[in-house]
Amino acid sequence: MTTDIDQLRQDLLASVDAAMSLDALESLRVHALGKQGAVTALLKTLGKMSPEERQSEGPRIHGLREAVTEAIAARKAALEGAALEARLAAEVKDMTLPVDATPQGSVHPVSQVMDELAEIFADLGFSVATGPEIEDDWHNFTALNIPDTHPARAMHDTFYFPEGEDGAQKMLLRTHTSPVQIRTMVQQKPPIRIIAPGRTYRSDSDATHTPMFHQIEGLVIDKGITLGHLKWTLETFLKAFFERDDIVLRLRPSYFPFTEPSAEVDVGFSIEKGKRVIGGSEGWMEVLGSGMVHPKVIAACGLDPEEWQGFAFGCGIDRLAMLKYGMDDLRAFFDGDLRWLRHYGFSALDVPTLSGGVGA
Amino acid sequence: MKFTLGWLKEHLETDADIDAITEALTRIGLEVEGVENPGEKLAGFRVAKVLTAAPHPDADKLQVLTVDAGEGDPLQVVCGAPNARAGMVGVLGLPGAVVPSNGMELKVSAIRGVTSNGMMCSTRELELGEDHDGIIELPDDAPVGVAFADYAGMNDPVIDVSITPNKQDCMGVRGIARDLAAAGMGSLRPLDDIIGSLPKIAASGAGPDVRTEDSEGCPAFFAQSVHGVTNGASPAWLQRRLAAIGQKPISALVDITNFVSVGLGRPLHVYDMAKLTGGLVARKAKPGEQLLALNGKTYSLDETMTVIADDAAVHDIGGIMGGEESGASETTTDVLIECAYFDPDHIARTGQKLMLTSDARQRFERGVDPAFLDDGLAIATRLVLALCGGTPSAVTRAGEAPSQPHIIGYDPNRAQTLGGLAIAPERQKDILENLGFRVEPLDANGDPVDITGRFEDLRVTVPSWRRDVEGSADLVEEVIRIEGIDKVPATPLARIPGVAKPTATPEQKLERKLRRTAAARGINEAVTWSFISEGEAAPFGGGAWTLANPISEEMKVMRPSLLPGLLAAAERNLKRGADSVRLFELGRRYLADAAGKLDERATLTAVLAGDKTPRGWKHGKAQPFDGFDAKGEALALLEAAGAPVANLLVMGDAGDVWHPGQSGTLRLGPKNVLAAFGMVHPRVTAAFDLDEAVAAVEVYLDAIPGKRATGFMRPAYTPPALQPVTRDFAFLVDVDVAAGDLVRAVKGADKANIVDARLFDVFTGTGVPEGKKSLAVEVTLQPAEKSFTDAELKAIADKIVTVASKMGAELRG
Repeated sequence: MTTDIDQLRQDLLASVDAAMSLDALESLRVHALGKQGAVTALLKTLGKMSPEERQSEGPRIHGLREAVTEAIAARKAALEGAALEARLAAEVKDMTLPVDATPQGSVHPVSQVMDELAEIFADLGFSVATGPEIEDDWHNFTALNIPDTHPARAMHDTFYFPEGEDGAQKMLLRTHTSPVQIRTMVQQKPPIRIIAPGRTYRSDSDATHTPMFHQIEGLVIDKGITLGHLKWTLETFLKAFFERDDIVLRLRPSYFPFTEPSAEVDVGFSIEKGKRVIGGSEGWMEVLGSGMVHPKVIAACGLDPEEWQGFAFGCGIDRLAMLKYGMDDLRAFFDGDLRWLRHYGFSALDVPTLSGGVGA
Repeated sequence: MKFTLGWLKEHLETDADIDAITEALTRIGLEVEGVENPGEKLAGFRVAKVLTAAPHPDADKLQVLTVDAGEGDPLQVVCGAPNARAGMVGVLGLPGAVVPSNGMELKVSAIRGVTSNGMMCSTRELELGEDHDGIIELPDDAPVGVAFADYAGMNDPVIDVSITPNKQDCMGVRGIARDLAAAGMGSLRPLDDIIGSLPKIAASGAGPDVRTEDSEGCPAFFAQSVHGVTNGASPAWLQRRLAAIGQKPISALVDITNFVSVGLGRPLHVYDMAKLTGGLVARKAKPGEQLLALNGKTYSLDETMTVIADDAAVHDIGGIMGGEESGASETTTDVLIECAYFDPDHIARTGQKLMLTSDARQRFERGVDPAFLDDGLAIATRLVLALCGGTPSAVTRAGEAPSQPHIIGYDPNRAQTLGGLAIAPERQKDILENLGFRVEPLDANGDPVDITGRFEDLRVTVPSWRRDVEGSADLVEEVIRIEGIDKVPATPLARIPGVAKPTATPEQKLERKLRRTAAARGINEAVTWSFISEGEAAPFGGGAWTLANPISEEMKVMRPSLLPGLLAAAERNLKRGADSVRLFELGRRYLADAAGKLDERATLTAVLAGDKTPRGWKHGKAQPFDGFDAKGEALALLEAAGAPVANLLVMGDAGDVWHPGQSGTLRLGPKNVLAAFGMVHPRVTAAFDLDEAVAAVEVYLDAIPGKRATGFMRPAYTPPALQPVTRDFAFLVDVDVAAGDLVRAVKGADKANIVDARLFDVFTGTGVPEGKKSLAVEVTLQPAEKSFTDAELKAIADKIVTVASKMGAELRG
């Protein structure tokens, strides 16, 4: 008996080791541990044994069963592992092959800068106002204290539309975003803080001028607003926009019919690697026009200039973009050249935020 | 406006150097556009005397000179000029000097074996004239050794300032000097000191016959004649002064008018009396009258324009430009000097109409000093007497210039409350008085008091040369600009407490969302011109707004669609070698409503041209875009915009510019079109030189319904307890049945149970009869409380088949 069990154990374990497939292993399992299996048959003999015999044979038979079960499980795992290895080996691909390129969209620098400006000015309490680009003479000129014969009209190379029937207002392409000031003051009650970005047009075309360009207008109407507030606002805005603390402004007295006093504003630049960079004061670049809103303009909008006063400024958005991001050709802004748009454009996810910095 | 430092110093007593002056000019609002010293390029050229002249040993045409350059031993100089001779005084260029005409730096050199220590120069070499026949000959008493630039008075920097339209007074050097004096750059010299040395006028005989019949256009016409003048070239100092600022010296009489115009801001005109018939009258032109002006062009005049005419003809477009015929010439012996006041508005209108600018117009348009007619005329006459001789007549004064002084009640606190800079009233008074204002402090009773004492108000009288100053804001500007705008302290705007509030309007938020969605979907944002050509607008029904004065034919019509600009850009990109073009623009279309009123519509348009995907190892050939790509973009954009995409109807073709069989519109209800999409009509792409199929999308921002503000709270989350069930149905329908209609019908067959219906196959061919197609739809059913029974599923299926059959669809077996 003892010899039989030992022999059987030896034989079974050898067969398990030799099983070369999961199928062979399974038939071996049935042969040993199935209902008719050799080990099962031995287990059945336990019932007929005397207690003494069972005492000595029981552990041996159970030991046999456990050893065989374990060996089969181990062999099964080994065979399965080998099968998986083999399958994977057959599934090899050249992972250096290229993937499909995802088209990369972009946001135009002008839109991006407009978003940046809206973000900065929102923090200062300015909302964004808009107005029509095809304007009437009154909003673009007359209400802004620029009568027909004013020499300042010569400063604006205006695009006109043919005159309509008698009495109809002359229509034109707005030469600046300042008519939005008028529309805002007519529609809203002070206090007012707005910016108005948008397209503007002048009949002018050379290396640095295009007949269409973008401007941003700022307007504050309140009580007790002074030139000092204007200066602070412009400094604060430019520091935030360029994300530099060494922004230096130079105000120069100037003339705009719709502001009094008026000032042109230069911003200091320094030369870094041969390029003009905003900040410092190695030289001056004109960036915007500004002033205290003319009492006549306030009155033209139906407000009492004795009660309300404020400031206004206007600035080229394209120019701001060029100064910040380094483009040097304005005409390329409007060409739709994909190479340029990808080079200077912004990712859809570059949403300007104050916490992340407005620049991208 | 240009002037020289020397000219300025004639009016301004100052020790300031050129840098200090230009810095001050910009600081007070007279922006310096450029400074150039013509003397700088003459550095190293000196007045020198030729001591000896001998033939060159080896060259027939050359001489060897010894030249006294004022210091050290005489220099040996080789010279080829025929007029070089012992004893003459000329101009010597020393080694190191650069010849202005050719940029050559002079060096000690050997010319045919003879050492030359410099060069004797001709007029042309120094860019002082065209003469190159010989070297410059200076008078014998010219100081040898002195820098030639100093001797010739050319060391006088020319300053170019930009004068803003409000600064009438600074259209003359004297006005600029007054501003600088007020800004602490010296003192304004009295006019009498400057002209004191000119001959006095001893009038003889009556003034010339002049009158004005146009009291609006020309309220004052003063004139004086001088008989027996000699009108030759003006003296060197005057020629030099005019030439320095770019004005061509013409003759003494004409140069005098330019000198007074630039120096004193007082335009004049001189007539040759021999060429006049009868007296001169300022009147409105008669329609059709013409004038050959001094610029050589003929102008046709109309009855709104003020002219100066005699009995026979028009001689002057009043205040703008004189006539060729009656102008002063070398033969003029009797001259009539006109000093008139022309109304600025009239001048502006006439100038705009004729598109004619002139120095005179620039001044009259801004306004000349109406109180300076007598003095201006007298100075001109005295200059004529000084330079041309002759006998002056009396002055004729026809009409009078507006002379009502403008008075402003001014509270000096305004400097702080408007200008943001506190300036003591005493200082403000000084500034204003230096600028020519009269400042009278008044007490509560209106009686004059001392500025340092208690005063209620300042009565400020505006000088006659400052018609731009109208109110207290203007006075604030004056005191601030002179005191220094840089001194205004930056003052923070009051901040609204707390975190900044959102400011964007719903429209702005919509634009931002759409723009960034399009960019995120791989489309590049472009900005194209708002104006296009008539040809480009034509396929879109033409534009409602055509410019009267376009900059070119290409930029003439305000775009009725964004497609032309983008199609043109796509074409340029493809031509440059791009394989794939995805471009969008978010801008306005410029339309007009039925009444012709402006209607600007915010629109996002995208074009997809070239390859959608390039050829590749995975998919094979390059794939073009099709109308469904456009539809996909349209739906994605509308989804991002918050439009109820599931409720949209796809209807019809999108219009003339679209492929009639491969385009559509997305509508919310039958009338409200939110978007158009599809393939662009081949005729349109051909018009833009695009030979490839182009897909496009237009999203109409104004048509997208705004989201109702419902707060941030979302509805409660209630996922269904039971799994949804799907069932597939395949229908045979006529080929022209729209799949979308069938799916919509199926989905609506049992709204309580059907949550979705999705078309997943379209098939024609084997097994499908001719004229039919098979549409396979997957229907998703959502059980509520308990699972569907077979009977319930059967009932739903029957409903689906029934509604489909109403569209002629038959369930495939």
